[in-house]
Amino acid sequence: MQLSREDLLQAYRRMKIIREFEERLHEEIATGEIAGFTHLYCGQEAVAVGVCEHLSDDDKIVSTHRGHGHCLAKGCDVKGMMKEIWGSQDGLCNGKGGSMHIADTDKGMLGANGIVGAGAPIAVGAALTAKINGKGHVSIAFSGDGACNQGTTFEAMNFAVVTKAPCIFVFENNHYSEHTGVDYAVGTNKDIASRAEAFGMKVWRADGTDFFAVYETMRELLEYVRAGNGPAAVEFDTERFYGHFEGDPQRYRGEGELDRLWAERNCIDNFRKKVTEAKLLDGADLDKVDEEVLTLIEEAVEEARAAPRPTPDDVHKNVYISY
Amino acid sequence: MAKMVYRDAVRKTIFQEMERDENVVVLGEDIVGGMGTAGGPEAIGGIWSTSTGFYDAFGPDRVIDTPISESAIVGAAGGLALTGKRPIAELMFADFIGVSLDQIWNQIAKFRYMFGGKSKCPAIIRMVYGAGFNAAAQHSQSVHQILTGMPGLKVVMPSTPGDVVGLLREAIREDDPVIFLEHKALYGLSGEVSDDPDFTIPFAHARLARAGEDVTIVATGMMVGLAEKTADTLAEDGIGCDVIDLRTTSPLDEEAVLDSVEATGRLVVVDEAPPRCSLATDIVALASNKAFASLKAPPQMVTAPHTPVPFARELESAYLPDPGKIEAAVRKALDYR
Repeated sequence: MQLSREDLLQAYRRMKIIREFEERLHEEIATGEIAGFTHLYCGQEAVAVGVCEHLSDDDKIVSTHRGHGHCLAKGCDVKGMMKEIWGSQDGLCNGKGGSMHIADTDKGMLGANGIVGAGAPIAVGAALTAKINGKGHVSIAFSGDGACNQGTTFEAMNFAVVTKAPCIFVFENNHYSEHTGVDYAVGTNKDIASRAEAFGMKVWRADGTDFFAVYETMRELLEYVRAGNGPAAVEFDTERFYGHFEGDPQRYRGEGELDRLWAERNCIDNFRKKVTEAKLLDGADLDKVDEEVLTLIEEAVEEARAAPRPTPDDVHKNVYISY
Repeated sequence: MAKMVYRDAVRKTIFQEMERDENVVVLGEDIVGGMGTAGGPEAIGGIWSTSTGFYDAFGPDRVIDTPISESAIVGAAGGLALTGKRPIAELMFADFIGVSLDQIWNQIAKFRYMFGGKSKCPAIIRMVYGAGFNAAAQHSQSVHQILTGMPGLKVVMPSTPGDVVGLLREAIREDDPVIFLEHKALYGLSGEVSDDPDFTIPFAHARLARAGEDVTIVATGMMVGLAEKTADTLAEDGIGCDVIDLRTTSPLDEEAVLDSVEATGRLVVVDEAPPRCSLATDIVALASNKAFASLKAPPQMVTAPHTPVPFARELESAYLPDPGKIEAAVRKALDYR
């Protein structure tokens, strides 16, 4: 493990920001103040952060239907994101995108996506740019177990292999595509990574609730891809704590399933336990991060509430013409 | 000015722009043609011969021969465009938009707006469209009415080699996604093209192909030549037609249409697509909304019927607009009251 004390604190801080950002959204959405559909990433933080801690702004990611975690892990502005979800004029996308379509190309974040499975071909394009530029940058296609059943994902994997594009297919298997279980929806052997293997890619598998497992796997995988070996894939086994969308009562969950997941498969608790037991950080260090993060989220919500609202004229902005 | 056929105008313009700007890349099925075969790369050079010689000149990084994967092609063009390249993707037949529609409609068309204007997507999706080769229902369609209705896309339909050069160069230098529609029956059409390496034609600038005071005929692409032919025939009878070649259906040069309709009072729209919810109905609606007082007769539409494109020669001929049908529509407009 090559992580310094500062690295560990930053990783924890980013995971905690995602967790608290989403916990706060979970509360605020229930009040009806936030419009539209919101899909929370809570539970999967170790994947987003474990992947993105290795990336620079020149490395690109394409996100999913459940995109907040990827955006935050890639360094998108926390307050800008909160404002966007509130639909503010000065949100990250000026209130045009909302929760499902947040992007920040300056940060190498090429968009969450309202269409499940649509991101992978776009990631291949970004990877082709990286290949042409020849500076060792990569592009990441985040996909869930739902997206792995879309033809676009298969097209993208084959295309990436054919062109040796430095594209990494990160499959986050949280066991649910919307409200349907992976045991039903993923045919064959339930092993998503094997699909990538079938296209000729080198493939990794790891526990997505363990930050260290994700981080180490990605370190190895990125070394392989940055060396010019073409695309690669990884499947992370992870958990989704909230429903498909906010308001989903999760009636499809088994008896006691969620309690068990929160207790045993909680990536943030597991991180705390690991770093304190190994005496890499102590509880007080982590508590301090917790406090800072809560303050940041509180400020983000207050600023989002107070932010200017778009005006009807803004409908016509950012498109070439209106009729 | 040099003489050139439409197909060469496409190829040479892209080639010149690739020489000028190293960010321009091309991708598509068989655009190299011969990859992975004993014959080797450039054995085909694109099924429409619009990329012959590109691979040898620019290499595999900038001339990307793709598997048959239209969604991946359009999506990759989007990803390339978001990260600083100027991709030109070729869909071998416009009919194949069906398998890549999400990437065209929900992705590349929406990036700029959805991301608050902070991203640009300078991607071109070139498509070969249109009937006339007995290629039947899945290889002959005119799809501009679908794409024109999608906010965020610019849709270009050149009718001459000269316009191909000016409009394609404009498209390549544009920061928005452009659908560039090339009619397969125009590929052999010869015409004058500008020698100026920076000659461009701005979008939403229609071309007055014929001038006349009695009737306005609005057309695009392949239909422009038919309208011109009709106008020439009618001129022998002393009937003057304005023939407006829209060049781009989105953005649309409303002013050119309205000015002409206000002057002539009669409108005939010629459109190769089926008639419902189409470019033809759109132009008729425009005239009805904004030039109603000038109209002396109900606007006429000469379109394909509301059917798929048929196969047999006799059926395809019956399907397509032709000068006879256009002339009948003009006379109907003139004979009204």
